[in-house]
Amino acid sequence: MGFNLAWLHPFWALGLPIALSFPIGWSMFRSLDPAPDRVGRGLDALPMFLCRLLGRRKPAEMDWKRYALAFLAFNMALFVLTFGLLYAQQYLPLNPDGKGSLGALGYKDAAGVDHPGADTGVVFNTICSFVTNTNLQHYSGEQHLSYFSQMGGIVWLQFVTPAAGLAVMLAVIRGLRGDKTMGDFYVDLMRILVFVFLPLCVILALVLVANGMPMTFEGAVKASPLDGAAAKMDTQTICRGPVAALAAVKQIGTNGGGFFGPNSAHPYENPSVWSNLIEITEIVVLPMASLVMLGLMLKNRAHAAVIYGAMLAFLVVGVVLAVHYEVQPSAATENLAVVQGPNMEGKEVRAGAISGATWAAMTTATSNGSVNSMHDSLNPIAGMVAMSNLMLNVVFSGIGAGFLNMLMYIIVAVFLAGLMVGRTPEYLGKKVEAKEVKLAMMAILLHPLLILAGAGLFAATDWGAKTTANPGPHGFSEILYEFSSACANNGSGFEGLGDNTPAWNVATGFVLLMGRFPPILLPLALAGCLATKKLVPQTAGTLKTDNLTFFGMLVGTVLLVGALSFMPALVLGPVADHLMAMKP
Amino acid sequence: MTASDETASEVDRAGEPLALSATRSNSTDPRSHPMTRSRWRKQLRPALLSVPLLSIVTGLIFPIALAVPARLFFPGQSRGSLIVRDGEVVGSRLIGQSSKRPGDFHPRPSAAGGGYDALASGGTNLGPANPKLRDGASDDPATPTVDESFAGVRQLASEFRLENGLPTTFPVPIDAVTRSGSGLDPHISVANATLQIARVARERKLSQERVRRLVQEYTFGPQLGFLGSARVSVLELNLALDDLALAVSSPSPASP
Repeated sequence: MGFNLAWLHPFWALGLPIALSFPIGWSMFRSLDPAPDRVGRGLDALPMFLCRLLGRRKPAEMDWKRYALAFLAFNMALFVLTFGLLYAQQYLPLNPDGKGSLGALGYKDAAGVDHPGADTGVVFNTICSFVTNTNLQHYSGEQHLSYFSQMGGIVWLQFVTPAAGLAVMLAVIRGLRGDKTMGDFYVDLMRILVFVFLPLCVILALVLVANGMPMTFEGAVKASPLDGAAAKMDTQTICRGPVAALAAVKQIGTNGGGFFGPNSAHPYENPSVWSNLIEITEIVVLPMASLVMLGLMLKNRAHAAVIYGAMLAFLVVGVVLAVHYEVQPSAATENLAVVQGPNMEGKEVRAGAISGATWAAMTTATSNGSVNSMHDSLNPIAGMVAMSNLMLNVVFSGIGAGFLNMLMYIIVAVFLAGLMVGRTPEYLGKKVEAKEVKLAMMAILLHPLLILAGAGLFAATDWGAKTTANPGPHGFSEILYEFSSACANNGSGFEGLGDNTPAWNVATGFVLLMGRFPPILLPLALAGCLATKKLVPQTAGTLKTDNLTFFGMLVGTVLLVGALSFMPALVLGPVADHLMAMKP
Repeated sequence: MTASDETASEVDRAGEPLALSATRSNSTDPRSHPMTRSRWRKQLRPALLSVPLLSIVTGLIFPIALAVPARLFFPGQSRGSLIVRDGEVVGSRLIGQSSKRPGDFHPRPSAAGGGYDALASGGTNLGPANPKLRDGASDDPATPTVDESFAGVRQLASEFRLENGLPTTFPVPIDAVTRSGSGLDPHISVANATLQIARVARERKLSQERVRRLVQEYTFGPQLGFLGSARVSVLELNLALDDLALAVSSPSPASP
């Protein structure tokens, strides 16, 4: 066969978002952080009008505490109202297929006994998952949600939760550059929605529809198949709906929660090769663009380039590893008379293994979590790449949230570098002292604590051990992945896991909240601390944070602090899985 | 305190000129006084108002604003790319269908319900090293209501060879022995389709060349020569074969 152009897929999948991140990042900088004399003028009048509807004439001046409080109050309101919506969807309009309350979903316990209509946990889990921009799904969209819930519950949370994350990033940047105020949460939120998410989503959704994605409010259609006897079905019921509205924002907002259970593996949610390329670009373009915006806002492009470069280095290594291991034959075909080709289990022919592996690495690096192949069936090392990305949680990660996570590592890197040369560490001209390092370490240590404690507890008890779909180390991988995904606010899963049980719903719901709010509020507090400090003049001895040395320092810190804590767990899961499949 | 009072105080605070790049004074922040009830209300009011406002904008206006142009410009795609024959929907161009008729091209195996059940889309979620994936599983007689049988790669490969009259050591294309992520994959690889041509031609009493040309007609990609790999749309191909059969059996037969 020789050289095949399909191998170039990772090149497009990385090149396109990188190229787009610069113009989008620049326009985000222009529209989200306007000069004081341009506030409310021109196009900026539109978000200001929306703010006026909330009773705000002019942007308020919030310090970090008020900003955090506004963020929390807003999330609380989301939580309560969406809970009501999903619970009562059977009484609400736009339900052509007559779906019942999500709370009546029911589950099957470890002994295989059905508990119909007894699981409020799934509603709690779903709300936690969507409010935290995670989109872990313990239900199946096309089966359990009405169109009204999909639009009014899921889509709008997919708009506002990444917007809220980006708003906090804006506030943190303002703190870092020493502004008098961190801005107004609601003004930031409206600007982000009006200038970033809504225009991008309208364009992208229409392009996706042109590629074959449904966008209709009509109910499921009953088709008469050619050979009904083959599947013991006289009719094939084809679920459809307003898929494009959800899919566009699902991808661009690092959300990942699909309209259909199999997410972007479903032909309606990813109909063609083109839609596949568009969706994979959407996954990472805004996290990248937000770093371009960071450089412009801080007037320190070199520092932003160091962060961008460090994240990109991790991403490229991840993609290369995942593709390399995924095109190897799967253990299931070894020594059988089958073409020893790429691992096609859980993959679509139109997307293929190379794109599946690329997608797997990119969706876990960012906190997106949509999938175009089933991660449970990935070859073990490709699955480990996905899992490692979740555990590092700093490779672009969520919009806004990714930079906030990386900021914690930057503080630690600056601190370590300071210790090495025996100087008081500084970051962006501000002294980094005990309080800042404590806040950073709290944020960094919380992540392994939640993942490892959770996975350990569930692997040791029936809560987790009885719900795995695969024996041996792969079963442990399923548990580990679920907690990593929840804590990284990712939302993808090793979906063989029987995760719709009260124990899983409550545990991951808790981890979701802990994985979202402390890692967003701690950087905000840290930026608040730094903002009040005096600028230290730069001297020859100042540790520069915008050169190649610091790039190495940052990558090293992430690897040492982030990766080492997870090494033993990875050895027990995917590494053991990989080694056991290799017959002597 | 009334709502207008709150707004007024908000304006007072916001009325200060925004000096974004001003250097900070070292004095303690005047806004860090202890939390009071009115401040809580000030936080809750925009939070509670923004929920209905934003849910209308993003959850209602956005999908409707999208559905209208989608319906106007892409009427077929927006409704699911359905295939209609004689006023009856027979399926969707994008959703695969089971077919076991010997004269049809067969799709990939599927984990969606009993096979290509669009209400139960999904993959096997079996790990590569799971023995079940390789060797399959048989039905558990203890549970008569549930069918646990599962065809593994080994069985699927030998079935494929038997069906298409291939020698016992012939390597079967990988997509013919693996299940897709959605269970609704409408495509098979060109290699897979090519191996089925002889059987289909024999069953339908067509020349292999005729079938091969039809397969080529329903082969898509790689897009622009570099995106994705070549693939065959199974349902569309089978429908085209049926049309061909109708044309042949009609009074004025087309030339072979």
